[in-house]
Amino acid sequence: MMPDDTLTRRAFLGVGAQGAAALVVGFYLPACGGTRETTPGRAGQAFTPNAWIRITADDRITILVEKPELGQGSRTYTAMMVAEELEADWSTIRVVQAPTVPAIYKELRTAGSGGVESTYLAMRQAGAQARELLRTAAARHWGVPRQDCRAVNGAIVLAGTGRRLSFGALASAAAALPALAPTEIPLKAPEQFRLIGRAVPRLDLPAKVDGSATFGIDVRVPGLLFAVIARCPYFGGRLRHVDATRARRVPGVHAVFPVAPLPRRFNTAGGVAVVADSSWSAVEGRRELVLAWDRPAGEPESTAGLRRVMERAVLGPATFVAVDRGDVVDALRGASRVLEADYESPFQAHATMEPMNTTVDVREREIEVWSPTQFADEVQREIAELAGVALDRVIVHMTLSGGSFGRRYQWDVPAEAWQVANVMRRPVQVMWTREDDFQHDFYRPHNRQRLRAGLDTRGRLVAWSTRIVTTPIAATNLYTGYTESPETLRDPATIAALEWYGGDIAPYAIPNFRLDYAPADSVVPRSWWRSVASSYTPFAEESFMDELAHALGRDPLRFRLDLLTPGEPDADRLRRVLRLAAEQAGWGTPLPAFQGRGLACRVNGTCSAQVAHVAVDPDGSVRVLRVVSAVDCGLVISPDGVRAMTEGAINFALTAVLTGAITVKDGAVEQSNFHDYRVLRLSQAPDIDVQIVSSTAPPSGVGELGAMLAGPAVANAVFAATGVRVRRLPIESTLLRRT
Amino acid sequence: MPSITLHINDHPHAVDVAPDTPLLWVLRDTVGLTGTKYGCGMGLCGACTVHLDGEARRACQILVSSIGSARITTIEGLAADRKHPVIRAWLAEQVPQCGYCQPGQIMQAAALLAGTPHPTRQQIDEAMNGNICRCGTYQRIRRAIARAAAETA
Repeated sequence: MMPDDTLTRRAFLGVGAQGAAALVVGFYLPACGGTRETTPGRAGQAFTPNAWIRITADDRITILVEKPELGQGSRTYTAMMVAEELEADWSTIRVVQAPTVPAIYKELRTAGSGGVESTYLAMRQAGAQARELLRTAAARHWGVPRQDCRAVNGAIVLAGTGRRLSFGALASAAAALPALAPTEIPLKAPEQFRLIGRAVPRLDLPAKVDGSATFGIDVRVPGLLFAVIARCPYFGGRLRHVDATRARRVPGVHAVFPVAPLPRRFNTAGGVAVVADSSWSAVEGRRELVLAWDRPAGEPESTAGLRRVMERAVLGPATFVAVDRGDVVDALRGASRVLEADYESPFQAHATMEPMNTTVDVREREIEVWSPTQFADEVQREIAELAGVALDRVIVHMTLSGGSFGRRYQWDVPAEAWQVANVMRRPVQVMWTREDDFQHDFYRPHNRQRLRAGLDTRGRLVAWSTRIVTTPIAATNLYTGYTESPETLRDPATIAALEWYGGDIAPYAIPNFRLDYAPADSVVPRSWWRSVASSYTPFAEESFMDELAHALGRDPLRFRLDLLTPGEPDADRLRRVLRLAAEQAGWGTPLPAFQGRGLACRVNGTCSAQVAHVAVDPDGSVRVLRVVSAVDCGLVISPDGVRAMTEGAINFALTAVLTGAITVKDGAVEQSNFHDYRVLRLSQAPDIDVQIVSSTAPPSGVGELGAMLAGPAVANAVFAATGVRVRRLPIESTLLRRT
Repeated sequence: MPSITLHINDHPHAVDVAPDTPLLWVLRDTVGLTGTKYGCGMGLCGACTVHLDGEARRACQILVSSIGSARITTIEGLAADRKHPVIRAWLAEQVPQCGYCQPGQIMQAAALLAGTPHPTRQQIDEAMNGNICRCGTYQRIRRAIARAAAETA
């Protein structure tokens, strides 16, 4: 979102706020609590200075949060930003998810680690707006100048008197004041912060340790039925025949019917729905279906075939040139030494711990949806369009999500849940089994990259070219930021747009540089996966950087530092995190045989460097013992949140580095559960040391950065330990076996 | 269908379900205790971990007809008063992210500590290896178990 747009919208909300907040569903007015002074204003009226805050006479403060809670802590961090400027008593804060009212809440989604960055200013302004109105209300009540009234921990205090009115006591009076444009209010300086940057326990955790947290799969409404869908195992296949006789006889099964595949905008496979009075009966019923599928025409896809296609595509013509600086062809021709290497990584599954699900109730006048989505406003739009009803007839409750990592930015699951509920005309929860989840995900693209570098006679890096080949996301998913049309589907820039970033080697100073792209066809659906293209481009770039350093006999840390242009802001920040990570990891100190350290770094708003320390066992298995991550993400809202996100992102990425791969055979995904898509387990989890660089620059995201660097840091450490270069993930232990 | 009586969190529950129904779905869809989570249905992820007579078991792998008079404890029972040292340690270390796997993690950890009050790191790693966390809270889980063990010293 553009910053200007933010301001305009907030300003609008400031003006129309009271009316807007009245639309907010789920609010009720609790009985008034006691107040210490005579309550000014109309008794019992709640104070809703904007669409984000509601203060009631009992001193309770409700904060509405647009960003979904996927585990990243959004409900706590957003509330911290509001409460910081409001000078609220933190113990009086409660957070609720903002409802799907598009006229007011336009950002019921999160993606690209953008939650903190996109809300930091607006949420502080919302808190400041409320604070200033409360000060005015108190000043009028006491008949004193505003500057004598200060907001302190949930109350306005009158300087030099000890007099005090709680926010709740002032709520009615503040509610009667004219609105205040939030952009005109001065915000606190960082050194005045008492919540931001401090250790504030997360508000969502108590319910997550006692079993009471409600995820999408836990939604229970009166009359709820449960459904699963039998989907064609072959991508692009269609239902030819179904015999449901035995399925209908399974106790608890209510209905069995075909579900049509939805067009590519929704990307659902369709199939046969089995609706029952419990999830288990639905699964049992599905097991009894006799199904025949028509396969798509043509040769069935296999990973082996796709790899061959990609091996050719790294040599063929590019469809898009992302960066072309200097003259790479000429510089490579003139180089005294040219190095070349290919890097490859496969499709990856999201494997969220909560399988996909959505509950829908189609009623006469409205459609109610409960979904663990990271994109509620889009779910609302899409279901309204599918059902052919006005937007305000669709209510979407964005529940807690049991992990997302990009998967819940699709609305395929809500769309098919609507299809089933629309037939049943009573509430239905459509659940995916783990097998459904692994076989019908939207996978991280399979990719291959060819890197070439030219060195001159003095060992200087004079040229670098990167060819990226992927199964592009845009060919199967084209809904965010693009209008789907035959033109955009053919547009090489659109196809390449999500595939190459992170491969631009910035901010290293290399005079001749070219980054280009070519797509490879696949029937496998693709989409965002934690850090998207940056989940594979730094693996190639930072591994190749390591190869160059070793080829020149240089220390990989020193080599990188020398390539960073002095004085360039990102280069300076990168230099700082590189040095910090190296120092904390004991870079350069001796290690036992078959152990090694590897380094990788990246700037993506946030600036980070990682050092992995690995041991390679005689059987070739790689144990990651420790990872040090230095992070410069600007001003830190929650230091422990930055640590948690970084730890989590590293662990998430280690699955793809060590064991996880989705492969295709005969047109279907080969993996089906956690026995054959092996995710990182606790015994494999390294010690992780997160070092945060102190900064007052505007905050930037941390949800993805840790995931970008684990691949190259570990691969480089494996080289340091064994002399074997890993150019394909997950790491094949057979390459490293010594016995 | 004959009624089966289960002893869940110190209360009897009579349920009418097919005898081969896994305990997981009886807890979630019949009794309404949704704190026990479905993750894989194959005993591979640990999200559905409950205690059967104090022992950590995967509820997706237990047929309801096989339970007999065994006492079932779910996360709701363990956490009833939030005083359990594992629950307190989980909050102190701010373990959960998405939180979906955490009831299973906590049940597994509580069973570990009941049998091994002061586990070594290796014992923790072994006992917790069947519980997947995709958000990657493993380092905090280790710390929280060590904390709970220290507090019950």
